This record gives sequence, C-alpha cells and structure tokens, in this order.
Amino acid sequence: MSGNNVIGEAAIRAGCRFYAGYPITPQNELTEYMAEHMRTVEGGVFLQSESEIAAINMIAGASATGVRVMTSSSSPGISLKQEGISSMAACELPGIIVNIMRGGPGLGNIRPSQGDYFQATRGGGHGDYRTIVIAPATGQELADLTMDAFDLADKYRMPVMILADGMMGQMMEPVIFKKPNPRQYPEKFMLRGAGTGKSKFIHGLILDPIDSEAHNWKLARKYQVIAENETLFEEHRVDDAELVIVAYGTSARIAKGAIKRLRSHGMKIGLFRPITLWPFPELKLRALSAKIKNFLVFEMSTGQMLEDVRLALQGYANIEFHGRPGGAVPTPSELANVVARVYNKKDL
Amino acid sequence: MAKTVFKHPESLKEAVFHYCPGCGHSIAHRLVSEVIDEMGIRGITIGVPPAGCAVLAYNYFDVDMIEAPHGRGPAMASAIKRCLPDRVVFSYQGDGDLAAIGIAESFHAANRGENITVIFINNAVYGMTGGQMAPTTMLNQRTTTSPTGRKKELDGYPVKVCEIFSQLRGATYVERCSVSSPAGVNKTKKAIKKAFQCQVDGLGFSLVEVLSPCPTNWKMTPIDSCKWIDEVMAKEFPPGVFKDEIAEMKKSAEAAPC
Ligand SMILES: Cc1ncc(C[n+]2csc(CCOP(=O)(O)OP(=O)(O)O)c2C)c(N)n1
Ligand code: SF4
Ligand SMILES: [Mg+2]
Repeated sequence: MSGNNVIGEAAIRAGCRFYAGYPITPQNELTEYMAEHMRTVEGGVFLQSESEIAAINMIAGASATGVRVMTSSSSPGISLKQEGISSMAACELPGIIVNIMRGGPGLGNIRPSQGDYFQATRGGGHGDYRTIVIAPATGQELADLTMDAFDLADKYRMPVMILADGMMGQMMEPVIFKKPNPRQYPEKFMLRGAGTGKSKFIHGLILDPIDSEAHNWKLARKYQVIAENETLFEEHRVDDAELVIVAYGTSARIAKGAIKRLRSHGMKIGLFRPITLWPFPELKLRALSAKIKNFLVFEMSTGQMLEDVRLALQGYANIEFHGRPGGAVPTPSELANVVARVYNKKDL
Repeated sequence: MAKTVFKHPESLKEAVFHYCPGCGHSIAHRLVSEVIDEMGIRGITIGVPPAGCAVLAYNYFDVDMIEAPHGRGPAMASAIKRCLPDRVVFSYQGDGDLAAIGIAESFHAANRGENITVIFINNAVYGMTGGQMAPTTMLNQRTTTSPTGRKKELDGYPVKVCEIFSQLRGATYVERCSVSSPAGVNKTKKAIKKAFQCQVDGLGFSLVEVLSPCPTNWKMTPIDSCKWIDEVMAKEFPPGVFKDEIAEMKKSAEAAPC
C-alpha cells in the first residue's frame, strides 16, 4: 500500500468517521482513498471541500459533534488551514491534520521536502498554542502512529499533525494494521443538541483579558504535561557512535542507508531520530551528548530542526548541518560522503 | 381571563443584549428564538454564530452553539449536519461574513444542497469592526473605508446574495425580508419559520436574508435607519421570495423509494 493509502486505512480503522479535503499533490491518493472508503463505513462522511480553509472548519464542526475527524493536504494547503488549526487549539477540539510536505516556499514544487518544520512545530497559526507533531519514517509507522494520533488528539483534546513528505506518501511498503484502542472521549465535550438540559457553547473568543490569560495558561499546562510524557524517538547504533546524525522522516531513512555504508568503512556513526517533533525529545538528545560530542543534523530544508537540536544540546557538543531544501532529495551516498568528511575532519 | 400575548422566548437566555439600541440583530435573535420555541426544536438545534457583531450570540441563544472563524460558519454547519442529520443546524452570518470572506463556504454549502439554514443579516456595513464598507454597501454610501461614498468604478457593486444564491440548484428556499417595520418583522419571522421547517422536512438548503438596521455605523437614529432601509436599501435589495422549491422537493422526496 502507498503511504497515503496507509494513513487513510489506519484512520478509518481507528474510527475516523469524517474526512474533508481538497486536492493537492502529493497527497491526492489519501483524499481519493477516503472518497472511496469513507462512505462505505457506517456513519462515515467524506466531503471534498471547496478549499483547505473549508476543510479544516468542516473537521472542526464534525469534531465538535464527537466524531473522530481528519483532513489532509500538502504544504500550501496546510498554510491555508492555520487559522482553523489555531481555532481548534483554542476550542480544544481533537482532530488529525496530515501534511504530506512538498517543496516550498510559495507554490514551490511537488517534490518531497521538509520545509514545514517550523510551521508545524511552532503552532503555525496565531496565538499561544501547540500541536502535537508526529513524523513517521516507515509505512508501518504511518499505520501505527496515525492510529495513536487519534488517541492523543482525544486524550488532550487538541489537533495533532502527522508530518510526512511526498516520498513517504508515495512509497509502497507492506504494513500490518494493529487493533485500535477503544475510544475514550467523554460525552460532555460533544455538541449534540441540548435535549432537555442546559445548552453548551464552544468558543475561542474570550473578551476578558484575565479570563483569556487563564485559558492560555490552562493550555500551556496541558502542553507541559504533553512535553513531559509524550515524546517519541528512535536511537540507532548510538552505543559506540562517535558521531550521531539527527534526522526525522525521510531524511532518517536516507541517514540509515548512509550509516550502513559508513559503518562498513569502520566509521562509528549513529542516528537519533525524533518521532515526535513537538514535543521534541530534547532531554534524550541532551543525555546522548554526555558521551557523544559530534552531531550532524540532516534535513530536507535549510535548517529548521537544527534550531531544536541546538536548544537541546545547549552548546555541549559540536553540531554540523547538511540540508537539501526545495524538493531536492539527497541519496544515501551523498549523505555518506558529507558525514565521512565531517567524521574524518574532527579530532574524534 | 388573562391571556399571554407576549413572553420571553425559552430559547433566548435572560442575558441583556450587547447590541446597540435599534440594532436589527436583537430583533433577528428574538425571531429565531421564537421560531425554535414554536417548532419545539430547542433540544435538537445547533447554531453557528459568526465573527461579527453577533459573535456573542451564544450568550443569548439557549441552544448548543459553536463559534466559527470569520466566514466559515457554513462549512462547520455542513459538517455538523452531516454528522447529526436529525439535528437542526443553522449558521448566523453578517454580510461581510457571508458575502466577502466566507462567500466560498456559503456558496458551496448552498450548492451542495446542505440541509442547513442560513440566517443572513445584511446591514450594509461591517458592524463589529466599526462600519467599514461591506460587499453589500450601497453605491455612494459613506463608510469609514469609503469616506466619499462607495464608487462603482473602484469598489464594485453591492452583492445581491439572494439573487445569486437562488441560481444555485442546491438551494431550496431563499427569501429576503426586512425588520424595518412591524409588518416586515412578522414577514421575517414567517420566512425564518419556513426555512427551519424546510430543513426539518429534509428538503435542503434554506437562506433568509434580513435587511437590518445598524444605526450606530449608519450614524442615524433607529427610526431614520428603518426609513433608510425602506427608501434606499430595499431599492437595491428588494424583499421577496427568490426561490421556493419546497413543494417540488417534497413531491420528489415522496416519490423517491426509501
Ligand atoms: C480572519 C478575520 N479577519 C477579520 C476579522 C475581523 N472582523 C470581525 S467581524 C468582521 C466583519 C463583520 O461584518 P459583518 O459580517 O457584516 O457582520 P456585522 O458585524 O455587520 O453584523 C471583521 C472584518 C476576523 N475576526 N477574522
Ligand atoms: S454596530 Fe451596528 S450591527 Fe453592531 S450592534 Fe451596533 S447597531 Fe448592531
Ligand atoms: Mg454587516
């Protein structure tokens, strides 16, 4: 199955019953998968929206009724969704936003890229908020983490972003779908008509600055809990490593290929792969710097995660960077050459 | 024996409106609440207030509500209705909200024939932000962003929402009313009721445009505002039924095998 289809199937298995999206390459297979399958499951709604703006507001509305929801797009479309994502964060509405990144800025191109890291991890829209950002690197992870994303969105009542790129969306890999967890989402948060009871309202508008400040701090405390409990990462061959590559998603796959090559030449290279980009696994990375003093950040961008790595390492280790922005995809041998140069130059 | 001829609608909270004296929003709120009461649908109604002077509508309507970002009400309402087809879902929107920033969402909700109701308050200005030019601002009307009057050469023409939306095959019922007179208020209430009934009967998209005074930004007294609606606004935006396919829709719904 293609990565895009895996996300769709995992979402439906996880109980997603509302999807809205607008065509954009390289994520069209996901929208098409939902078009084909969503209306055949009981209670499933698929809507091709008039724009990405409409799509995000549609999933917000559907989410408010207590349904599991998802939308997907690629970079320019994700930019359009930002007001809605901010609004969902403010209103504490769960929902999944998939960004199959392509080259930017502007219309850029339809090649795989990782240029939306800042937008994804810094909130993207206006105001003091965060979204959980999950960056799978394999087809199997696309399946597992998409399912987990729904649980996280419910648990913390917030939007969760799956951040992948055109390469991951298009690649074909066999996957096994796990059994989804039973959903736990309290009815009190659902808007389904007041019945004979008190009416509810969901809103992000808080005109009184003191109340609004309190709401912001409440959200901030929630984000703190997430930062302390929900980081995911992978360490690959770091035990004896003298240099560690830090990369996520497609870059991490390329890095693994490069490491295999470098190891066969006796170079002790490892990989640290953040799986959650927000919260960034900074304590784990910092812990590594107790024994490893050389890191190389590798991204398909001009250096965005690089800033989080610097914040995590706090000057305790050397940090090099290799980036290929704008839709350029490096090969493992290109990266291996870069890493080898750094490795041999350093007084390791 | 005493007979109740006037009471506070149950679907309207006891809160004091923040609207300016003479504002049409207050009247429209009351009418919508009365209709919800009379139809006995308070418990199954979900409303979507806009960004605009009616942004705090959830403080007034005693039904479940969720705020929409500016212009996006119909997208949200569409989704809510799709998830809960047996609920009554309405979005409440100003002219900036519906005919400028949210024209796409409104247009396409109508075109999809979403079984929702749109209450559209046309007050010819952006009320909330201080009286700027709206898509429905009249030619030569002075606003804070058309200080010498709206110029067709530079600012384009007033957008006629009912005329446009009635062309969409997805729309079932489209009427323009005015709350500038007691007769107009009664008519508006009837139209709102018809629109909600259209939805309850599952017959598709309904929209009621309400020509509505904004004395504050028009810099007129409430009475002059009503006069201006009748003498000026209603010339550009004639009240009337622009589309009513309720009977046809009913027939074809009955003919369709379940
Ligand atoms: C994205 C965005 N742009 C602008 C605004 C500011 N804004 C709030 S209400 C409004 C216009 C309201 O005018 P209208 O829809 O006609 O409603 P009225 O207040 O006249 O009832 C604007 C521009 C906003 N809230 N969000
Ligand atoms: S500014 Fe105009 S629309 Fe807004 S509350 Fe006042 S009168 Fe009503
Ligand atoms: Mg207005």
